[in-house]
Amino acid sequence: MDKKEYAKLVRKVMPKTQHLKTMIAAFVTGGAICMVGQGISDILMLIFPNLSEDNLSMFTLITLITITGILTGFGVYDKFGSFAGAGSVIPITGFANSVISPAIEHNSEGIVLGICDNMFKIAGPVIVFGTSASIVLGFIVLIFRGAFGG
Amino acid sequence: MDKKQGATLFFNNVYVASTSSIAGEKEGEGPFGKYFDSLLKKDELGTKSFELAEIRMHTYAIKHLLFKTKLAPEEVDCLLMGDLLDEIVGSSYSAREFAIPFLGLYNACATFGEALAIGSVFIESGFMQRVICSTSSHFSTAERQFRFPLELGSQRPPLSQWTVTGAGATLLASSGGDIKISCVTIGKVIDFGVTDADDMGAAMAPSARDTLINHLKDTKRKLDYYDMIATGDLGKAGAKMFKLLMQQEGYTLGDNYQDCGAIIFDREDSDVMQGGSGTSCSNIVFNGFLYKKMLEGVYKKILLLPTGALLSKTSTLQKQTIPAVAHAIAIEVK
Repeated sequence: MDKKEYAKLVRKVMPKTQHLKTMIAAFVTGGAICMVGQGISDILMLIFPNLSEDNLSMFTLITLITITGILTGFGVYDKFGSFAGAGSVIPITGFANSVISPAIEHNSEGIVLGICDNMFKIAGPVIVFGTSASIVLGFIVLIFRGAFGG
Repeated sequence: MDKKQGATLFFNNVYVASTSSIAGEKEGEGPFGKYFDSLLKKDELGTKSFELAEIRMHTYAIKHLLFKTKLAPEEVDCLLMGDLLDEIVGSSYSAREFAIPFLGLYNACATFGEALAIGSVFIESGFMQRVICSTSSHFSTAERQFRFPLELGSQRPPLSQWTVTGAGATLLASSGGDIKISCVTIGKVIDFGVTDADDMGAAMAPSARDTLINHLKDTKRKLDYYDMIATGDLGKAGAKMFKLLMQQEGYTLGDNYQDCGAIIFDREDSDVMQGGSGTSCSNIVFNGFLYKKMLEGVYKKILLLPTGALLSKTSTLQKQTIPAVAHAIAIEVK
């Protein structure tokens, strides 16, 4: 048997991800996190009626990140994530978890070379691509400024 | 009989004199829980890091073996040890606790088989009277070594396996007891082009087949010669693949075949997906369960086939395929 035939056999015999199941779980949990976010935002608006929209969304994100930090620290978020999949990865809470979890993991190697060095091990690519994309977009806006009306 | 036939070495005077085992919480809840000498209440073991916990566990396995056999360290000729940590520090740090000559080994999850094979040669040759073969692995250190941080909320893919937390040690001696290592077949590194680092079962199944078929040819034995043929950590799907591959070559594995990884955990436990893996998987199943069953006379002839996927995190990121190795160890009651 050559490698190609074996690859075919592996595809046939080995179990695959049940996409429908994971997608439904992701949809429901991702949606639930967004609802929690909206709830936080609404509560903040009730408490601080004079808050601008920018500040409101900023404080909502800060609250969500703090909650994730606490849940990650107590080892709850990974259990939630193993069920939710993409539903817990894509919202801001997933980003917070991906920064906090390596920081906890590498605590034993000290603050500088352990925590700080490894903190962005997983979130790093998101930051790089996010920054790069905004630079490219910035250039596009700069060049086609007229077309955007100003 | 010749001492060597193909890749198989035959021994007359290698005895499995005693074993010890220690296992983690989750392993303790599995079907073999009551057979392990000791169980961890907490996987951290009160240490600062999981690496230190693994070292403490490995040290305990050897200390407990010396205690059980009432041997002083000076009476042991060599330690053959391995684990999954970087530069196998788990073994080296554990070995510094003992004034015993030390050889560190690495064959990934097949390290226990490698240690038994080398230990048997040392004893059979007459150079050594007693050697200790031991390996350890820890779920939390292996996750960091090969995968993601523990607290990361990611989903485990359906093919993934759960690294066994545990350590075990085997005392091989030139005399003592009824249980002998009759022969070992040393495996070749086989690569069938699997690149998915989560799919270790499929990566290792061809190597297990190659070693088992070589073993049967060299020894002129049939599959039903053994009461139990146990592969190391192919997992549930990997074991199915292994059976299929053997079938293609005209060998039908029956009820006397088990995979240590597929049976070590509680079947209802959904976290473990395909089952256990790791250097201590086949180790604690043998040292904890199989050896005790041999002493009781339930099994008379066992073929242990630890399997190892020889990958690293770097090789995976560089899109390299996964080579694998398996060694066959035949253990028989005299």
